[in-house]
Amino acid sequence: MENFSPISASIGGAMIGLAAVWLMASVGRIAGISGILGGIIEKNDNKAWRLSFFIGLIIGPQFMAAIDPRILTIEFPVEGPFLIIGAILVGIGTQLGNGCTSGHGVCGNALSSRRSILATITFMTTGIVTVLLTKFIGGV
Amino acid sequence: MKISVSCLLAGILFGCGLTLSQMINPEKVISFLDISGNWDPSLAFVMGAALTVTFIGYRTVFNRKLPLFVDKFQVPTRKDIDTKLILGASVFGIGWGITGLCPGPAIASISFGGNNSIIFVTTMTTTIFVYRYINSKV
Repeated sequence: MENFSPISASIGGAMIGLAAVWLMASVGRIAGISGILGGIIEKNDNKAWRLSFFIGLIIGPQFMAAIDPRILTIEFPVEGPFLIIGAILVGIGTQLGNGCTSGHGVCGNALSSRRSILATITFMTTGIVTVLLTKFIGGV
Repeated sequence: MKISVSCLLAGILFGCGLTLSQMINPEKVISFLDISGNWDPSLAFVMGAALTVTFIGYRTVFNRKLPLFVDKFQVPTRKDIDTKLILGASVFGIGWGITGLCPGPAIASISFGGNNSIIFVTTMTTTIFVYRYINSKV
């Protein structure tokens, strides 16, 4: 439990929740990133709201960095081919399953959606098993 | 205009939350999923807090008939559990477990995550668009 950071985790999580609530209150949408992204290609709506959200998502971290630049120091467990494979799996999986950690994990569960509850349990399980396996196989 | 500004603000707040909670750091995510190692339960607190706020907040929001700037709420209504859901979630979880990245944090990290962020987001986005395109033709 070396890097356990319950306070920043909780405050950060509350901010995520607040963002989701604001998106619903203002434009009636679920703050599911995979859905907001995937919907760009559909011939359904005016894309401006999606692009505006993503611009905000991208510049948000820089506001935090203005307070402490170290907060943007991140580490990637894999690079190259495994990063690409992982990205493809995330891409396919989120579309096939209609959601991700924000869409199902936060928003869907907040709506007590049984689809989201099950999806969350499922991706948490395969996520944990995958990390266990990569450790066991070693060096990934 | 009000719609764009609202969504911009939502995105900024979301990005700030992801950053403060360190969900933008793939290693932070992996250390939660890695239950056999130096386990860091922080992600559970992130999700717990986000869920609590959203749960209460949504109830308040839905007491109103309409959103502020559009004429309807767009909330998914499906209740069925199907193979696609389980398969999709499973596959997503595998990709998440390999990279420590999911869509939100990945996109949020574009401005500072270097080549790895760009590679991941480009690949993920292309995959998503190709999937959606093929799906619409089938």
